[in-house]
Amino acid sequence: MGKSFTQSSLTKKFVMAFAGLFLITFLFVHMGINLLVLLPSTDAFNIAAHFMGTNILIKVFEVVLFGGFFIHIIYGLILQVQNWMARPNRYKVEGWSHTSPFSKFMIHTAVIIFIFLVIHMADFYFKAKFFGGVDEVMIDGKPYHDLGALVLAKFQMIGFVIGYIVAFIILGFHLHHGFQSGFQSLGLNHSKYTPLIKSLSTLVSIVLAVGFSIIPLVIYFS
Amino acid sequence: MNLTLKIWRQPGPDEKGQFVNYPVSDVSPDSSFLEMMDVLNEQLVEKGDEPVAFDHDCREGICGMCSMYINGRPHGPDDAITTCQLHMRKFKDGETITIEPWRAKPFPVIKDLIVDRSSFDEIIQAGGFVSVDTGGVPDANAIPIPKIDADLAMDAAACIGCGACVAACKNASAMLFVSAKVSQFALLPQGKVEAKRRVQKMVAKMDELGFGNCTNTYACEAECPKEIKVTNIARMNREFFAAKVCAPSE
Ligand code: HEM
Ligand code: FES
Repeated sequence: MGKSFTQSSLTKKFVMAFAGLFLITFLFVHMGINLLVLLPSTDAFNIAAHFMGTNILIKVFEVVLFGGFFIHIIYGLILQVQNWMARPNRYKVEGWSHTSPFSKFMIHTAVIIFIFLVIHMADFYFKAKFFGGVDEVMIDGKPYHDLGALVLAKFQMIGFVIGYIVAFIILGFHLHHGFQSGFQSLGLNHSKYTPLIKSLSTLVSIVLAVGFSIIPLVIYFS
Repeated sequence: MNLTLKIWRQPGPDEKGQFVNYPVSDVSPDSSFLEMMDVLNEQLVEKGDEPVAFDHDCREGICGMCSMYINGRPHGPDDAITTCQLHMRKFKDGETITIEPWRAKPFPVIKDLIVDRSSFDEIIQAGGFVSVDTGGVPDANAIPIPKIDADLAMDAAACIGCGACVAACKNASAMLFVSAKVSQFALLPQGKVEAKRRVQKMVAKMDELGFGNCTNTYACEAECPKEIKVTNIARMNREFFAAKVCAPSE
């Protein structure tokens, strides 16, 4: 940890971009599994959730994932604090140039995502893993945590539905800038591919925001 | 034109500054911004007041001395120009113009609108040089360089080190400047000997001086009077990571 303060700015940016891009791949997997809950029977979702909770390879991957979040968050905060410190006296008239509005709110969207993550972990992950409090359901004679029922119950509450959707729109803002920015931080900028990466950035942020948001909407209105 | 100037006045580096309003009248729309400042200063001197201190030298956009953050933009409301190339016709009659010094921790205010930009010199000293053979003058055509590389190196070398990138950046990051200085050598065969050390030394100096970190917002590129491209920053990143991974440790 101490080293992250002495590391060069470029190394920190590289590590945080790499972790951020890795987290995006995880989000796609997570979204795929979440969408299973919309199937007529929640069995598939419960089995998938069980697999994600118990498979040994996934468990190893889980450590990597937590590491990814940890590193991304810590490095993001260090970089941000240094950026604030680099301009102790602010301008009277703030910056005029309107390049990349979303990049100006990365730390703000990040804090909201973080709050969402904490609530999310308490609601689902820790509940299933440690606290108990999740009902069991028999599928093909084997007991599974009925997380599907938990999801369906949560999304009967309008507050949860709205909170969830807002969080994912905010995540979309974070990634609209973040995805393409990550490539630049890794040194990948090319006249041929960068326009493509920027379009992909918009696409990724919309697909993830819409893909996740659809779930509570469908559950609430059906 | 009649204008109100809201100018940052600060008597010295450690003294408190404040904005002071100055009305100026009969400004020609054809005059340059610095000429308008000269007129103001003449009036101030005649009244026995302290003139506004500001940096300038060539007044033709090549030295990089003039600065001034005008209505929220380094070098004011026009693209690809320095403050000395800014014309008063870019402003409206009756407008209030807010003029501030560059704001960044590594650019401390010396007086009024003048900031100390010697931190840029320190970055150059850290690695902005190439080794040359002693002896006779080499034939200009002896070293083949692809046209595209020569062009990109020249584009990077167009940087005049004015600091507008730092001033425009919400993080006061100097990465556009440093990446231009890294790129102008990295693209050419002449600088290869010290390439790996250069990028590491210059980045280390930039960090040490307290500049912020790039968040790829690209306000620097939008405000640069010489239109230096952020592709240089990506090149600097590549050069740096390659050097980190491949260069023998000293
Ligand atoms: C699933 C969640 C997240 C994903 C997929 C993600 C992804 C990304 C990506 C790809 C970047 C661009 C990195 C770069 O340009 O170098 C980024 C930037 C950033 N992230 Fe995240 N992020 C997530 C959550 C968070 C959280 C929880 C925080 C902190 C509390 C955070 C803080 C930041 C900050 C401050 C930046 C701006 C850094 C910069 O622009 O240089 N992120 N994020
Ligand atoms: S005075 Fe030389 S660039 Fe403006």
